[in-house]
Amino acid sequence: MAKRTMRLMIIASALASALVCGNAVAQAGRDYVYIVGSSTVYPFATVVAERFGRGSNFKTPKVESTGSGGGLKLFCDGIGVDYPDVANSSRAITSSEVKACAGNGVDEIVEVKIGYDGIVIANAVSGIDAKLTRKDLFLALAKEVPGVTEGEMIKNPHKTWRDVNADLPAQKIEVLGPPPTSGTRDAFVELAMEGGCSAIPWIKALKSSDGDRFKAICHTIREDGAFIEAGENDNLIVQKLEANPSAFGIFGFSFLDQNAEKVKGASIDGTEPTFDAIADGSYPVSRPLYFYVKKAHVDVIPGLRAYLREFTSERAWGEEGYLSDRGLIPMPTAERSSVAAAVGSLTPLTMANE
Amino acid sequence: MVSGNPSSRARVEAGLGKRRRREIIFRSFGLAATLVGIFFLVAFFWTLIAKGASAFAQTFVQLDIEFAEEALAPGGELDLEFADFDSIARTALRTKFPEVTSRNDRRELNRLISVGAGYQIRESIIQNPELLGKTVAMQVPAAANVDMLIKGNIDRNVPADQRPLSDQQIHWIDALVADGSLVKKFNKALFVNGDSREPELAGIRGALMGSFYMLVITIALAFPIGAAAAVYLEEFATKNRWADLIEVNINNLAAVPSIVFGLLGLAVFINWIGIPRSAPLVGGLVLSLLTLPVIIIAARAAIKAVPPSIREAAFGLGASKMQVMFHHVLPLALPGMLTGAIIGMSRALGESAPLLMIGMVAFIVDVPASISDPATALPVQIYLWADSPERAFAERTSAAIIILLGFLLLMNLAAVIMRRKVERRW
Repeated sequence: MAKRTMRLMIIASALASALVCGNAVAQAGRDYVYIVGSSTVYPFATVVAERFGRGSNFKTPKVESTGSGGGLKLFCDGIGVDYPDVANSSRAITSSEVKACAGNGVDEIVEVKIGYDGIVIANAVSGIDAKLTRKDLFLALAKEVPGVTEGEMIKNPHKTWRDVNADLPAQKIEVLGPPPTSGTRDAFVELAMEGGCSAIPWIKALKSSDGDRFKAICHTIREDGAFIEAGENDNLIVQKLEANPSAFGIFGFSFLDQNAEKVKGASIDGTEPTFDAIADGSYPVSRPLYFYVKKAHVDVIPGLRAYLREFTSERAWGEEGYLSDRGLIPMPTAERSSVAAAVGSLTPLTMANE
Repeated sequence: MVSGNPSSRARVEAGLGKRRRREIIFRSFGLAATLVGIFFLVAFFWTLIAKGASAFAQTFVQLDIEFAEEALAPGGELDLEFADFDSIARTALRTKFPEVTSRNDRRELNRLISVGAGYQIRESIIQNPELLGKTVAMQVPAAANVDMLIKGNIDRNVPADQRPLSDQQIHWIDALVADGSLVKKFNKALFVNGDSREPELAGIRGALMGSFYMLVITIALAFPIGAAAAVYLEEFATKNRWADLIEVNINNLAAVPSIVFGLLGLAVFINWIGIPRSAPLVGGLVLSLLTLPVIIIAARAAIKAVPPSIREAAFGLGASKMQVMFHHVLPLALPGMLTGAIIGMSRALGESAPLLMIGMVAFIVDVPASISDPATALPVQIYLWADSPERAFAERTSAAIIILLGFLLLMNLAAVIMRRKVERRW
């Protein structure tokens, strides 16, 4: 009896291994759209993918969250069913990425701008109503701040918000934010920090005379504990803010939108982070979101063209579309129709510095 | 004792109190450590169940759905492409509130029912075309925010701009509750649906199938290979420096962080062999590498535990080495080997880090039908839901954790039972 079980087991496992190997070879075409990229665009792309999959006869696209840089790298690896059709990105593609793409045969890329995302500085509703400027943020969070004399940089001595700006309360500086690998962090540094340090005339002058020094001053965040890297999970930051009303957190607008009874956004340069203020461009810390499509894959991968049409339809990205319910800030009507037209005709991207 | 000098006895007695005190202190440390452990375990389960239990029920709206011919079959034939199923559900809801007329109010009212209502109507007319032209009472899923309000996860007492539902919407929900149109039912969607970005439609079936396929591949590969390696190393390999080296390496492999296996899988299986990303096939291969050392170690221990007298008796009767192995040693070692395999499997089921590297962190709605379809796994699904901004995903995350723990518990229980009942002790 024991002998028989042994034999059975051996046969079963041999069969299973054969099955495994047979199936591996069977993979030839691909009948679904394959999307990679930014974790910021992920919540929007997935909603479109799902609606598209359920409302059409095509399969639901697969959306992988890899981060903007990782996604573009996969995207640029080549043409064919093994490589993604679409890369989501929370920043514009760089010229070196375009070169890398072209080197692998991916030479016609269509850029699709989908809307805007605001980056908010928020604290618990029980905390203070903060009115910050970008200069305050720079002085509070930079590793080095300007000293007394022009051109001198000293280690950031500021302990409380009052040290930064006499109008702010004497509350300890404590900011939870994303790690350097995150697109949100890049955008925060570029828009808020750089905007803040440009408010200091001699640093602003550096931008044209000594670009590297300017970047080093404006883009380096302090590491002495006032800025806490909280990982990529924005829900976690919201929970931590709720528990600690004196702390601030940095995350995307959609999380503020979904957690409005727990956290509130600080006004930046006198503008509250509201849907309308981000949409009309008056809120300073907002960035455009994109996705990129391989022209060569359109009409080869089933459903890709239809997916593009769904994403650029008014019911998706329009002012009252379902993406705006999820916190995507729509572009103005004229911009939407010009992008949609470019997508319809699949106008490839041309880099200005090529 | 009798002849001993009196001072030694006195010394022992003098030290006795101190010794007892030390013993008590030592014991209470042990007790305290255990209590701390139990406290955290209870706290863990308590928060998990308190948060996740509500996800097993779901709010539905009872509506009289009219399968109007002009909306579904304008040319006399059922037209699935053309038909606007959402608007059928919305019309049904609007008949309950005839006073709502302005465009803005209607939009607010529409947000009370899930987009799943349209899918459900589509499904039911496809399955039963005779419904055309009839009006049927149906229970369609309510929007996630309505569900959250009913479950008390949205505080209606905070100012209106701080909650996702307006005063008017809450007023409508109260009216629906008052006339019995809002019902709470078992959340079947959680078990039969794949992933979704609408919390009220999201389910774990896709992830569960992904995990299942991976485990099948893992056991099919890791068990035979692990068992064969263990048999060879225990029974046939000559004991020399090479055997020692292999043994040390296997023990080390069992302790290698799992993400390393993910990187290996990415480099070898995806980039080199060219197996598609996100497929359970790659996941299964990576997980079988991961569990292989565990299985080999357990299988070797089980073979070692078979007493030499059995082997010697068999040899004495003229059995060959292979006969001894297959007729006597393996059948006796098998339960122990299987126990090790099950423990390896439960480790593989709970593993997420290596899967992140091979593209299994993806949004996949369709339930995978084969091992080469894109899929996620249970732990990855939990990770994805935990990172979603929508409120209602918080309870679903906890519910998915409860389900995963349930499976782990079952597997470990099976291992324990096998050890108790089947395994022979000598």
